[in-house]
Amino acid sequence: MSGLLSLITFLPMAGVAAILALRFLGQPGEARDTASKWIALATTLATFALSVKLTLDFDPANPGFQFMEEIPWFAGLSYRMAVDGISVLFVPLTAFLLPLCIIASWKTIEKRVLEYMIAFLILETLVIGVFCALDLVLFYLFFEAGLVPMFLIIGIWGGKNRVYAAFKFFLYTLLGSVLMLAAILAMIGISGTSSIPELMHYPFDPAIQTWLWLAFFASFAVKMPMWPVHTWLPDAHVEAPTAGSVILAGILLKMGGYGLMRFSIPMFPQASHLFTPLVFALSVIAIIYTSLVAFRQTDIKKLIAYSSVAHMGFVTMGIFSGNVQGEQGAIFQMLSHGVIASALFLCVGVVYDRMHTREIAFYGGLVNRMPFYAAVFMLFTMGNVGLPGTSGFVGEILTMAGAYGASTWTALFAATGVILSAVYALSLYRRVIFGEITNPALAQITDLDWREMVVFTPLVLSTLYLGVQPDVVFHITGASVDALVGAWRAAIAG
Amino acid sequence: MQQLVTILLLAPLLGALIAGLFGRRIGDLASQSVTTGLLLLTCGLSWYVFGQWTWGGLEPFTVHLAPFINVADFQSNWSVRIDGLSAVMLVVVTTVSALVHMYSWGYMAEDDSRPRFFAYLSLFTFAMLALVTAADFMQLFFGWEGVGLASYLLIGFWFKKPTANAASIKAFVVNRVGDFGFALGIMTVFWAYGTIQFAELFPLIAASASKSWTFAGQTLPLVDLACVLLFIGAMGKSAQFFLHTWLPDAMEGPTPVSALIHAATMVTAGVYMVCLLSPMFEYAPMARNLVTLIGAITALFAATVGLAQNDIKRVIAYSTCSQLGYMFFAAGVGAYQAAMFHLFTHAFFKALLFLGAGSVIHGMHHEQDMRRMGGLWKHLPVTYAVMTIGTLAITGFGIPGIDLGFAGFYSKDTIIEAAWAAGRENGFAYFAFVVSLLAAGLTAFYSWRLAFMTFHGTPKWGEHAEHGHDDHHADAHAHAAHDDHGHDDHAHGHAHTPHESPLSMLVPLLVLAVGALAAGYVFVENFVGEEQAEFWRGAIVNGPHNHVLHEMHGAPPWVIWAPLAVSMTGLAIAWWVYIAREGMGARIAARRGPLWTFLYNKWFFDELYDATFVRLARFLGDLFWKGGDQKLIDGFGPDGVSAVSLAVGKRTGRLQTGYVYHYAFVMLLGVAGLLSFALYAFSRGG
Repeated sequence: MSGLLSLITFLPMAGVAAILALRFLGQPGEARDTASKWIALATTLATFALSVKLTLDFDPANPGFQFMEEIPWFAGLSYRMAVDGISVLFVPLTAFLLPLCIIASWKTIEKRVLEYMIAFLILETLVIGVFCALDLVLFYLFFEAGLVPMFLIIGIWGGKNRVYAAFKFFLYTLLGSVLMLAAILAMIGISGTSSIPELMHYPFDPAIQTWLWLAFFASFAVKMPMWPVHTWLPDAHVEAPTAGSVILAGILLKMGGYGLMRFSIPMFPQASHLFTPLVFALSVIAIIYTSLVAFRQTDIKKLIAYSSVAHMGFVTMGIFSGNVQGEQGAIFQMLSHGVIASALFLCVGVVYDRMHTREIAFYGGLVNRMPFYAAVFMLFTMGNVGLPGTSGFVGEILTMAGAYGASTWTALFAATGVILSAVYALSLYRRVIFGEITNPALAQITDLDWREMVVFTPLVLSTLYLGVQPDVVFHITGASVDALVGAWRAAIAG
Repeated sequence: MQQLVTILLLAPLLGALIAGLFGRRIGDLASQSVTTGLLLLTCGLSWYVFGQWTWGGLEPFTVHLAPFINVADFQSNWSVRIDGLSAVMLVVVTTVSALVHMYSWGYMAEDDSRPRFFAYLSLFTFAMLALVTAADFMQLFFGWEGVGLASYLLIGFWFKKPTANAASIKAFVVNRVGDFGFALGIMTVFWAYGTIQFAELFPLIAASASKSWTFAGQTLPLVDLACVLLFIGAMGKSAQFFLHTWLPDAMEGPTPVSALIHAATMVTAGVYMVCLLSPMFEYAPMARNLVTLIGAITALFAATVGLAQNDIKRVIAYSTCSQLGYMFFAAGVGAYQAAMFHLFTHAFFKALLFLGAGSVIHGMHHEQDMRRMGGLWKHLPVTYAVMTIGTLAITGFGIPGIDLGFAGFYSKDTIIEAAWAAGRENGFAYFAFVVSLLAAGLTAFYSWRLAFMTFHGTPKWGEHAEHGHDDHHADAHAHAAHDDHGHDDHAHGHAHTPHESPLSMLVPLLVLAVGALAAGYVFVENFVGEEQAEFWRGAIVNGPHNHVLHEMHGAPPWVIWAPLAVSMTGLAIAWWVYIAREGMGARIAARRGPLWTFLYNKWFFDELYDATFVRLARFLGDLFWKGGDQKLIDGFGPDGVSAVSLAVGKRTGRLQTGYVYHYAFVMLLGVAGLLSFALYAFSRGG
């Protein structure tokens, strides 16, 4: 069905329009807020339904772009949308997390509810657009514009220190974007096209590739984030409202990894090969360094944010391994992390909503009052640790296996991550959940309510299902990944 | 048969899910009945499979249930592999598990969260069955970490106890250190052979025997490297020297757990893995020497530490560690069959000893310190009888001349003779032989010491105040380790008289006692005797130069009689110190000689690891966080810039929205620039 991608991408804007109408026509008050929540929920659910249809209609045997839409724009630029095996699954991931964000925010957001819902819906459009755009300029528009609603979410609905966090976020991202923009201009100038499929086959001169690669890498490395440009992430997470953290960890970080697979490797294969050692080094530093930092955190959210950086290290390592196991592992790790990290941030949100603090030392013994919460948190902790049977394992073992094929040193260092993740994740769990309740403030804390159960149930099921049946993902991504690896190898050899 | 083994594997999982998810709704009794019932079903099916294998001529087969991870050559499936090794493991795991389920009805009767306990037990059993029936490395790893999870959950079952929580994390993390090597081993196998399926891998090994492989800058013999890495995993799971520190602490878990997981089944997974991979280890002489060495050192080390412990469960834990060492060096010298045989008999008598200890602890109202026991045989006659059988079995009591003895006699003497036979050509094996005799003597001493301190001598459980002060400070953690049931209302209730345990606990003990008596005699021919080749049917591979099982029959009389002699010596000394001169043991301890202190503190491994790894991790974590992230990266990066901009921002007073505008402005500028450039480029082109 042609037009499906545009429909999915811009369906949330219909919700925005409806909420805007409500804003100008309805009476301010609780009824209007509630109505806006229902509109947002209905819109995101409809988008999710369409994204499922997209996934089902996707032809896994075809390594090329599908659902192509092309409308000439102006000045030779085109509105081009399409997905392949590498991008297609990020659409349902995004559409899957958005309704959960809306439900999770149902009671916790009290000020400017309409604007909040609008921000999330706009964000959904822009993020889905990033994964569907098949034109460099269009991609850039979505990619950069997506930061504005995120910025607002942190800046308006964030915590005490949101100014600092927002500033850091801004500064880092600006650095990346400016360089990427320059590179995009240069690419269009050299090749005369902004079409991604054409650019994927355009033979850039190796010397120019190096510069272009570095410029794109600056932007994607900030977005992942990779060490040493990761320090914005813990602050952004800490200040963001729960749903903001979910989007940030669940989807926005994946734009970096996706960008590396969509642009850096196919368009600059020689440069990618040249810089592989650099990426490996940064990846293993990220894994070891941030795991150790995570171990020493006193704030639950910061700890999980640092663990996200470590997990993204596995992704970059897999992407640059140059073999099928590594690439498949990287995609899988991104999807799996999208589920598990989102769930962990929601877990933090549960106790934050009740106690309004994220200090680990404040908690302890929660299992005595919150057995369901303890069980859910345990499952996602194990997913974070990469226990086989959860989705977290599959990505880790495949990216490590991929790295082993490229560099045994890298695999050796990365494998220490399996020890370190157990250290920080289990000690966090122990300090928050186990033991006796010693803090009198926790004496009356309540277990998960039905709304929270509704949010966690799909996340629990996906974590386990992907952990036991990961082939459903590889089946869809397989052909495109084979093509990507084949093209890269051919380019290096030739 | 295919359906039967599938049911066999999945029944415990079903039980775990029912008890775990609906335990609160259906109640304690229903949860216990469902899990125990399904476990009995699994156990029955396992014995059927084992019977068919041993006497029915069943051929090896594999059932593929579903795909697991499949990426190009990296192919793995959910499957059930049945062969000689898995058939043995099936009966070991399910028998002990079923008995432990039954035993827990009595032992855990006062606990508030029994559904959770039984769910964990069944979950463990499922993971262990997945491990032993794996047909490729991925399912093996799944089971491997799955049992680790169950172990973590069960050690920390009484989550209110800080010591239990610390022990559970320690177990998980130390096992992860092993898994680090295991995972690298799997990857080595994958990249060297292009497969992770056992059936495809094993035929490729012989041809690659002289291949070398570059790993982390070193060029090493391929098969040796792979085996050493995989063996690191086995060391973690089976608590071998260097990675053993978690096992004694794991005694924080309820005693039935210790019997099932930390004695009979999970900790033997490492031995099982080495035997399963015998087609690889046979071509890895260096790796096998390492296995022999580590196994022998562990056998001796753990036995020495066991001499000086006072907590009844910790003595048995070190004994387990030591016996696992025997199994490893048996495999290391090439007698995989003997290793599996000892694994099999050990499961019975060690589970018996643990559950017997549990019965003592139960009868003593949660007292675990043997110095406060004594004279219990009158009060717990059945426990006393079965514990004595267990002790005779572990010390390997039997008469070589007429070839009749307890279960441990057959398996342990086979190992010692195999080590002797291999030791004629291999120094590592000879070292293992010498160590095995020494350790056999020590085993006899600490096992009888345990029996004497607990059941004989004068009762010391009436006099609460006099004991435990002599070395109070060093003993603080041992006190905290008491096996209380999460509620302290009648813990340490020394006013009560010790009582015998209920029938639900005694029946499993009696069944295991039968195993400890007869498992060796009945199965010796199958496992290691004339019929071994027919029994294993290819599941264990002995290389063309490995004739150790045959050569051990040529052992001279002194080798054959030596184990009995040293174990009788151990018994005699224990009798002298703890019966004839009762109080001598306490006096030796009170003197705190250097050797005693060294052994009592477990060779100071915990202190060493705390001072190195734990402190290093904390130090680096703080350094990277406060020095790296905050000072270096942020200091030169965003904070440095922001120090300037913030001053400007404060004046405008509209900070965050200001940034959004800035940002949007920059982006628009960018787009505008881009468009104009595109226009320029295209107009020039057109």
